[in-house]
Amino acid sequence: MVAGKSKISVQDLRVTYGHKAALKGISFDIYENDVFAIIGPAQSGKSTLLSVLNRTLEFTADARYRGIVKVDGDDIRHLHNVYALRRKIGMVAPLPVGLPLTIYDNVAFAPRMAGIRTRDELDHRVEQCLRQAALWDEVKDRLNTLGTRLSGGQQQRLTIARALSHQPEILCLDEFSIAIDPVTTMRIEEVLKDLSQHMTIILVTNLVQQARRLANRTMFLFNGEIVELDHSDVIFSDHPAQHKTYEYVNGIFG
Amino acid sequence: MFTSTKNTQRKKRQELIAKYLLMTMTLLIILPLILIIFYLIYQASPILSVDFLLKNPIRGMRDGGIWAPLLGTIYLVLISLLIATPIGVFAAVYLNEYARESWLTRVINLAVVNLAGVPSIVHALFGLGAFVLFAGIGRSILAASLTLAIMTLPVIIASTKEALAAVPVAFRQACWNVGATRWQTIREVVLPNSISGILTGVILQVSRAAGETAPIMFTGAVFYKAIQEGDLLAYGLLDQCMALSMHLFTISTQVPDVPVALPYGTAVVLLGVVLLVNALAIVLRFKIRSRKKW
Repeated sequence: MVAGKSKISVQDLRVTYGHKAALKGISFDIYENDVFAIIGPAQSGKSTLLSVLNRTLEFTADARYRGIVKVDGDDIRHLHNVYALRRKIGMVAPLPVGLPLTIYDNVAFAPRMAGIRTRDELDHRVEQCLRQAALWDEVKDRLNTLGTRLSGGQQQRLTIARALSHQPEILCLDEFSIAIDPVTTMRIEEVLKDLSQHMTIILVTNLVQQARRLANRTMFLFNGEIVELDHSDVIFSDHPAQHKTYEYVNGIFG
Repeated sequence: MFTSTKNTQRKKRQELIAKYLLMTMTLLIILPLILIIFYLIYQASPILSVDFLLKNPIRGMRDGGIWAPLLGTIYLVLISLLIATPIGVFAAVYLNEYARESWLTRVINLAVVNLAGVPSIVHALFGLGAFVLFAGIGRSILAASLTLAIMTLPVIIASTKEALAAVPVAFRQACWNVGATRWQTIREVVLPNSISGILTGVILQVSRAAGETAPIMFTGAVFYKAIQEGDLLAYGLLDQCMALSMHLFTISTQVPDVPVALPYGTAVVLLGVVLLVNALAIVLRFKIRSRKKW
């Protein structure tokens, strides 16, 4: 894919938790409707990066960030409506967190909080999101049972449906396949390919092969610094620019 | 392969000793409780009847029932909880959900913990000074209820905070991530999932408020006051009232020639009220927990 319009622009982002640096000055762009993968071992700052994007980092007491993060050209530090920013970004956590609500209410939660009240509109939104997450056929007859009664893979798709329910333009998935089986993982990957037609997707993953299958561009983070950022073809080739990338991708370290 | 060695035999013996020792200790706790209840009921049996509950004390509290103190205790407990519960619950929500870690919140948390340990007689003097004298409410049900509210407040805050903290942080993050405000998150997810714990904490304070004598003695409870029998609205907010705990104290130590069954009957009713409320708490918690969603 040719470099398109920049959806997210990060310049010299530094994040500290107390005195501990989590991100040490990284800069990159994510293009509109691209699939962007972030790989790297644990503690390399991947999840921190995501929490900066939707400004949920500020719920962590001693966390601070410096640098400029722009979403659609707006500096997120100076937003009037942080909730609009969060609705623009769908977040899927590593372990499925079904809210202790019914399947229907899990998906209808965000639209309701945004002020949508009419039954028709909510029904439509719920069905649409569950279909997008490839869950509709399995749960359409029991929308009023608890979301937490679903299997792990179904719950993860439910959280994807919930992340889509506020019609985000960016979908962030933080190691979504950590708690689910390979077959379900492949189903969700198919879903993501469909979604990437009209959505920017950020995929944080420990599975190097997953990044290779899905992402156009891949960023290798290590210890809060970017080791290499390039097209996935290059990163996963035999000759990436950095030898460290080659070692990590091929499981020699990490 | 599975033959026992000397070592395993010794471990088995130790295991048996530990088990029975711990069991004995547990039984030792229950035994006095059972003995107390049976002894009280046995001693009170000649006097226990519906009339005992619904008649005022007569003949210088040497005869009759306990209507006036029973109703007084109900008033004091209900009004004090009506005051303490909203303040305590909202303060706990603020402390647990909004307040950032700072020296101020640390001081407040420390104050809450320490206030919970202040002896009730100190609360009594505070109530006397603050409500009866300074605020000019005078010795009344209102002043006594306010004093009881101050006494129960720190415990309600502490138990509510605990109940809130038991709701997983992941739920809150999930809500924030989809653009819900803090208050929406609290209203839709945090409170519904901690309400059973909050209610239990509040209801357990009923027994404390009903049982304490000191805080009400200086602030609104009187030795004797006859009221309209059977009238649930017999007391006004600014009236003084009788109370079960104080009545029990009076007839067992201050009044000569009281028939033995009378104080025991009063004790049984006081205990009954407390146990009833605690049972209510257990049922409530059980009911809500059976709907627990994670």
